Amino acid sequence: MRLNCPLCGDRDLREFTYYGASVYADRPGEGWSDAWDDLLHLRDNPAGETTDLWYHELGCSAWIEVSRNTVTHAISATRLLAGRGKAPAKGAKA
Amino acid sequence: MASLIEISPCDGLLPKIAGGMVLSELPFARVTSVAPFKGKTRALGAALKGMGLGWPGPGQSRQGKDAAILWSGMDQAFLIGPDPAPLQGLAALTDQSDGWARMRLKGPGAEAALARLVPLDLRADVFAEGQVARSGLNHMMLHICRSGPDAFDLMVFRSMAGSAVHELHQAMEAVAARTMIG
Repeated sequence: MRLNCPLCGDRDLREFTYYGASVYADRPGEGWSDAWDDLLHLRDNPAGETTDLWYHELGCSAWIEVSRNTVTHAISATRLLAGRGKAPAKGAKA
Repeated sequence: MASLIEISPCDGLLPKIAGGMVLSELPFARVTSVAPFKGKTRALGAALKGMGLGWPGPGQSRQGKDAAILWSGMDQAFLIGPDPAPLQGLAALTDQSDGWARMRLKGPGAEAALARLVPLDLRADVFAEGQVARSGLNHMMLHICRSGPDAFDLMVFRSMAGSAVHELHQAMEAVAARTMIG
């Protein structure tokens, strides 16, 4: 498996660390609430499109949001977590 | 007070020679990590221009006289050589001079030797002179820069100098043996 790092380009899986579903980056506001409980414990388990967080540990140290399909294993887009909300990175596989 | 003995990261380990390739330690140079403050990237680029360099984009480097700046990760680069004083106030500057073992692998089989350890396409038409990458040297973090048609500058954490030299020397000898049997 290879992931397209928006900074480094196509890289081997060994350079990355998986960090789970990308909702983990959507932290609720300050202070405890049920939203925090959901963030920590509730995850979807989709058969199909999902987005994950990956850390380019053996590379540029960027956090990357990867859209992939759990059924076909196709990777549809990768983008920097720091640039969230912007368009998918250039060169990301369609 | 104890008098401490100053040694380089690869002291007693290098050079290693095999099959026309030479792995040698690069001369000591000041290494400063430069991470631009928010909104200061342009001003930092101008300050670096004043030093004969510039701000390198991902995978790039800028070479000057007795100075170089190598991209080293997201919003970060390594300034090699000069005093970073002109960049004060524009970027977070951290002295890393003693943190890295810097080596050069040079010779006709350099690409083939590195191909055994580094998961990158290092052929000259893909990874051209002056290009840099962060990747792995087997299990070690690696910063690599092509410094010539058959030469690569490698940086690993100083604590891993021994392992890096061992791995590289083995790969060099394996490539040399392959070449010898044809």
